[in-house]
Amino acid sequence: MYDPALLKDAPETFKSTGARFRELPGQVLTIQVAPEDCTGCALCVEACPAKDKSQVGRKAINMTPQPALRESEAANWEFFLSLPEVDRTSIAFNSIKNSQLLEPLFEFSGACAGCGETPYLKLMSQLFGDRSIIANATGCSSIYGGNLPTTPWTMNSDGRGPAWANSLFEDNAEFGLGMRLCLDKQVEYARELLPHFSSEVGDTLVDALLTAPQKSETDIAAQRERVVTLKERLQGLSGNTRAQDLLSLADVLVRKGVWIVGGDGWAYDIGFGGLDHVLASGHNVNVLVLDTEVYSNTGGQSSKATPRAAVAKFAARGKDMKRKDLGLIAISYGYIYVARIAMGSSDVQTLNAFLEAEAYNGPSLIIAYSHCIAHGFNLRKGLEQQKLAVQAGYWPLYRYNPDRIAEGKPAFILDSKGPSISLDKYAYNETRYRMLLQSDEARAEMLMRAAQEDVYQQWEVYRRLAQTTTIGTATDPTGLAV
Amino acid sequence: MDLTTTYLGLQLKNPLVASASTFTKKTDQAKRLEEAGLSAIVMHSLFEEQIIHESLELDHFLSHGTETFAEALTYLPDIGTYSIGPDAYIEQLAEVKQAVSIPVIGSLNGVSTGGWIHFAKEMEQAGADALELNIYFVPVDLEITSSQLEDAYIKLVSDIRQQISIPIAVKLSPFFTALPHFANRLVEAGANGLVFFNRFYQPDFDLEELEVYPNIMLSTPYEMRLPLRWIALLYGRINTDFALTSGIHSAEDAIKAMMAGAKVAMMTSALLRNGIQTAAEILEDMRIWLEEHEYESIQQMQGSMSQQAVAEPSAFERANYMKVLSSFGDGREMPHTAISSRIIHRTLSSSADDDPFWSS
Repeated sequence: MYDPALLKDAPETFKSTGARFRELPGQVLTIQVAPEDCTGCALCVEACPAKDKSQVGRKAINMTPQPALRESEAANWEFFLSLPEVDRTSIAFNSIKNSQLLEPLFEFSGACAGCGETPYLKLMSQLFGDRSIIANATGCSSIYGGNLPTTPWTMNSDGRGPAWANSLFEDNAEFGLGMRLCLDKQVEYARELLPHFSSEVGDTLVDALLTAPQKSETDIAAQRERVVTLKERLQGLSGNTRAQDLLSLADVLVRKGVWIVGGDGWAYDIGFGGLDHVLASGHNVNVLVLDTEVYSNTGGQSSKATPRAAVAKFAARGKDMKRKDLGLIAISYGYIYVARIAMGSSDVQTLNAFLEAEAYNGPSLIIAYSHCIAHGFNLRKGLEQQKLAVQAGYWPLYRYNPDRIAEGKPAFILDSKGPSISLDKYAYNETRYRMLLQSDEARAEMLMRAAQEDVYQQWEVYRRLAQTTTIGTATDPTGLAV
Repeated sequence: MDLTTTYLGLQLKNPLVASASTFTKKTDQAKRLEEAGLSAIVMHSLFEEQIIHESLELDHFLSHGTETFAEALTYLPDIGTYSIGPDAYIEQLAEVKQAVSIPVIGSLNGVSTGGWIHFAKEMEQAGADALELNIYFVPVDLEITSSQLEDAYIKLVSDIRQQISIPIAVKLSPFFTALPHFANRLVEAGANGLVFFNRFYQPDFDLEELEVYPNIMLSTPYEMRLPLRWIALLYGRINTDFALTSGIHSAEDAIKAMMAGAKVAMMTSALLRNGIQTAAEILEDMRIWLEEHEYESIQQMQGSMSQQAVAEPSAFERANYMKVLSSFGDGREMPHTAISSRIIHRTLSSSADDDPFWSS
């Protein structure tokens, strides 16, 4: 979204339309495809809700053969890149429409076309990418996230972007916690040093740096400016060791988030002990589980997230056990923010979960439904399939926010409705379920019945949780408390 | 009361037959159909598209994307043996046949000749007592003429006739310009029976999503009027067995089908809506009706209200709007043939307003 005056230098075929943003009137909007990097997954076209009123098959964005458009669209793309980004302090992020104006700092990954994981990472990078530190478990996200010598994690024009590193499968949560502890120590030391330089850099600046709320994007932008001023004023103290320490640490005075990212193979299985430990530690880390329900990048092996009735490697006859409820385990602590999301079902709920998780001053866990090539269906329909998963009650959307306990509100919010279609209406769109029907129909039916029962039981548990005000602060049932 | 009838050379204990539906996907439900008194079962359909598509689809998704990343040579375990499409169908047909003592009719749904039609033979080998060939093709191609389309249907029936020796019934759509002529050709090509008429998925619009979605609604009794008319018109003129399907919801409906000339009345919607046991109630109602009206048997009434048997044969040939218009007639009713020729004349010349017959 940009000033229409900038269109005077636009290539002839560059497209734009009037932007409808109350906060920023008089602007124009362009959705531009990178023609030479588009993988053709068509997810964006499927997701686009805007249909031509005279020809409903035509949307605001459409698939079309690339060769005829390659050169002209490549020129359009170049021009598009020259346009300024929207000022992050000029809009609130709490709507999908606004959030999508933010510059993505995750782009052109090496993921499969139509991958269900990457949209979550893109959103996360848009919201917090310029002040995030990411610990990435081994798995798909470490492969497409670090397809060296390139990386999809990038920087904005200020040179800010996520700091990303990949550790082992079995220690990623600890890896991220280490980042958090280091960061906390650096912040502590910087804050300790600051008062010593009140006379050199000014009392007002020191006070402002120490007391800045840093909640909103405007707060953060203001703190960044203070840090710039601080650095300028410290430059003159080159002979002072402590001043040099503060200079090197000054950037940590801007609030940063630690994101611990990985798949279900990491979170449910191999890294679970560490993940549990880190979540239980109470430290302020954000965990994003990109849940494909199998070990995807090694070829679809069963994990504890693999659902009953699905076929996977090591579960070739269809898994005959419920998937582990990682979210419920985390909720049982009572002080961990937990959300279960599926962007294809509710992008708004997904956005809210990210914003709340990041804002929560403690551990947070987001479990994100991620459709996958290992599910065996046309990933163009990935978002639709996510919607069906939620409609079937298989993947209920919820947020457990401990901050609400203090407000006397139920911490657990169910964001989706109860099952409205049978499980098989969702499951049998996918080869991982259907192939069992085609190889052992009786067993497939037996497992599907049991899986359907799992859905009803799970819903009942969540429904009751949503009626409970708190977990861990119930009234004394014995009446013996003094 | 003698409710027996014959259909495609099969001796049936009564004229109520279960039409093709998902009931037969479960053997226990097929048994319940028999227990409810239905005299024969038409299996759910094996689709030409299904035969070709399922195998290609499974192969596609088992290998899709496996070339992209060295660490994952495949994404799903290959179980090796699959019972897809036709194999599963044939197995199910054999199982149903074993489980029930009433005739079981296989159902093959397609339009083109080709390799897939050998499944007709497999159905015969699996024990099918007859085959119902369900032909429906939406001819969207501007170059396809009605005669080309009809020729293709006839070729398909002839080809399948050569493959199998069990009786063949052809289930048709009502959308043929000259249905009697075409129906006759089908019989000459080897069809032993004609099932009137098929019901199809029809597109509907979702106004919120602006999307087209095909679906099918359960039938209503009114829908039997169309097959009732055509069976009544063709009974006795084409030497074949007619089955009436669509809209059979009560004993009265089934009795009307018999009187028009059908050998059997087929039903599914009423069983889905009210339960399989509805069939038993309908049979009992039929028995009572026949007794109350002093019929000796079903066969006695078959064709008794066909065009050839009724006092006013022209009633079957009038279109509904003609009845509406002529009801204003104040003694101006014209003989049937004159009205028909007027219609043809009007269609070929100009609008009704210009026609001296309508305006005078």
